Amino acid sequence: MDLSFFLISLLNGLSVGLLLFMLASGLTLIFSMMGVLNFAHASFYMLGAYVAFTLTQALGFWWGLVVAPPVVGVMGALFERFALRRVRKFGHVPELLITFGLSYIILEMVQLVWGRQPLNFQPPESLRGPLFTIVDLPTSLGLSWGMPPEICKTTAGAICTQFPSFRAFGMGVAVLMLVAVWLVLTRTRIGLVIQASLTHPDAVESLGHNVPRVMMLVFGGGTALAALAGVIGGALRVTEPSMALSVGAVVFAVIVIGGMGSLAGAFIASVALGVIESFAVGSDRSLVDFFGWLGMQMSPDTFGYAVWSVKMSQVAAILPFMLLVLILIFRPKGLLGTREG
Amino acid sequence: MRFTHRLFGVSVVASAALMSGVAFAQAGATVKVAFIDPLSGAFASVGQNGLKSWQFSAEQASKKNAASVKFEMVPFDNKASPQESLTVLKAAIDQGIRFVVQGQGSGAAAAISDAVTKHNERNPGQEVVFINYAAVDPDLTNSKCSFWHFRLDADTSMKMEALTSFMKDQADVKNVYLINQNYAHGQQVSRYFKDTIARKRPDVKIVGDDLHPLGQVKDFAPFVAKMKAAGADSIVTGNWGPDLSLLIKAAKDAGLTANFYTYYAVTSGVPTAMAAGVGGKVRVVGIGHTGLAGVKTWQDEYQKKFGDDWYTYQTFNAFAMLSEGIAKAKSTNAVAVAQAMSGIKFTGFSGEAEMRKTDHQLQQNVYISEWRKADVKNPYNVEKTGFNFQELRVIPAYVASTPTSCQMKKP
Repeated sequence: MDLSFFLISLLNGLSVGLLLFMLASGLTLIFSMMGVLNFAHASFYMLGAYVAFTLTQALGFWWGLVVAPPVVGVMGALFERFALRRVRKFGHVPELLITFGLSYIILEMVQLVWGRQPLNFQPPESLRGPLFTIVDLPTSLGLSWGMPPEICKTTAGAICTQFPSFRAFGMGVAVLMLVAVWLVLTRTRIGLVIQASLTHPDAVESLGHNVPRVMMLVFGGGTALAALAGVIGGALRVTEPSMALSVGAVVFAVIVIGGMGSLAGAFIASVALGVIESFAVGSDRSLVDFFGWLGMQMSPDTFGYAVWSVKMSQVAAILPFMLLVLILIFRPKGLLGTREG
Repeated sequence: MRFTHRLFGVSVVASAALMSGVAFAQAGATVKVAFIDPLSGAFASVGQNGLKSWQFSAEQASKKNAASVKFEMVPFDNKASPQESLTVLKAAIDQGIRFVVQGQGSGAAAAISDAVTKHNERNPGQEVVFINYAAVDPDLTNSKCSFWHFRLDADTSMKMEALTSFMKDQADVKNVYLINQNYAHGQQVSRYFKDTIARKRPDVKIVGDDLHPLGQVKDFAPFVAKMKAAGADSIVTGNWGPDLSLLIKAAKDAGLTANFYTYYAVTSGVPTAMAAGVGGKVRVVGIGHTGLAGVKTWQDEYQKKFGDDWYTYQTFNAFAMLSEGIAKAKSTNAVAVAQAMSGIKFTGFSGEAEMRKTDHQLQQNVYISEWRKADVKNPYNVEKTGFNFQELRVIPAYVASTPTSCQMKKP
């Protein structure tokens, strides 16, 4: 594998992983706080993209980026206050079901309001070009800011791969968010109350803190983070009604692998999944090669050849779910999880 | 006295005797047609457009057609699953519907074709006709062919015949990268392309051949990185829906300048994704394009009505063929109509078309078109992007035609 391909695969994997983390962080916060697996989390991600699209039409992308997350966060908080809180006294299953129902309601609402067709949601003009180009010449490897340099066209065998500015911007936002969430949770008063309510809600309540309100805040905050991911994801990919469905399952895999309720675990799991997937796609190896390496020769006549010859790139998209199953079997609490320990 | 029956500027050849006011048994009857395709889930946007196209065409065709019948669409959601297709097919038959159309997904098409054939054997007098408008698996008109299955789209072997006829003359096609969805259709695109290009341009190198899960890939950037590393100058893909829009978007972002040779760049959502710009050129092989004379009138009317694009041109041919068949059979009975449609010649949106008797594969022109900015000559505006598809070459029916191994069992 040559170096430029390795670099671009790593960058692609990191950018996907960080986007996943933005989603997973909110989900895992909500879970650790309330014990509710929020099935509608990916729907708030979608809602973020759609709300931001509408704001972008009127006010420009930057306002969309800034305003959409709080708007969706307020919707999430209202949902917690008026729906989720009411069913909490009946236990976790009704809570789970109500978020499940909500995901369908949001999907239908989005289709009613914005239609079923994909929207033309694009990054702002200033972030549309490439941030830098990896220039891979037969003799050397270099980096060049902005558009690919002339040398790409004039040299035979040069491979120039651009890295889009908006991808880099998305990564930056994710890192900033990570730092901000970490600071809020560990360095502020409200963060201390949240952390205390995670483990000792009764004690916190008896100290005079309004724990239900803290929960509402966390739920609203978590959905706002999902919406922020949605603004980035919607512009980076395609804004359409099936976008929630396509990330929803993977996010659940992330928080289970990372450990339910562990923010650090979610970070490791999402970045790892992103990078693993990116490299798996780039690999044309299969089990046949592996057996060959072990000294066993396989031919199309070997029993089950169709399974052995499946390439890594073909199964890349299901790797998260394979990892999910393996983790559940061998380490049910996840990488950094503490529950059920 | 009406000699010709004018349909959208294309004169349908109908015999004067048929149209001279003699009342036939079927005249004025309503023919119900079941539409079975995904109306929810990841591919819903394509399915919904398909349904609207059928409903719109049924409405247009009901105004005036060779058999003077009315057509009515009854939609069923198969959630893109063959299993679900069979359940709703049963429901459609129980409702007394005798004409079924489906197109999105060869897996579902094979299941329906098989089920319809069995049903017709076991329930004489309740026969059902299956019109497949877009599932392009060549097996459906070869090893798995059925008398009750009629295909309106050109199958993969025909499209590949046409596409490679065009590509062999392109000097810049040297290193081809194949990327397809991992199911019957995608695997066939890959296989038929490799077979036909080896015959026509043995010097062309296949530098990559990827299959990825259907509708599962969220980020195509790693695939694009692989294409770059492989030095691909042309990408051939049978992808559709989000799998194609995301691929083209990722290619543009990474600065890939290779040309795309696609089947389905016309499908919902892809034009919007392409409006942001594409690295190389995007070309489409299909049975029509937005610039065809026979397409324009319906296309404009459809866009005015739904704010969406009519790209399932097969719906025009479907009602042309059905009404000619019903007129010829002088009845709406499914067996009589099927027999009448077998081998029928009719005027479709792109000219003369023939439903080949031996395998029920429609023989028609295939077009190569390219995604370009709209201009005075080609003013149509796809998905409000200011772009459309413009003709590069017509591949006449006799060139695109491929032989069949079908051993059809006739009733």
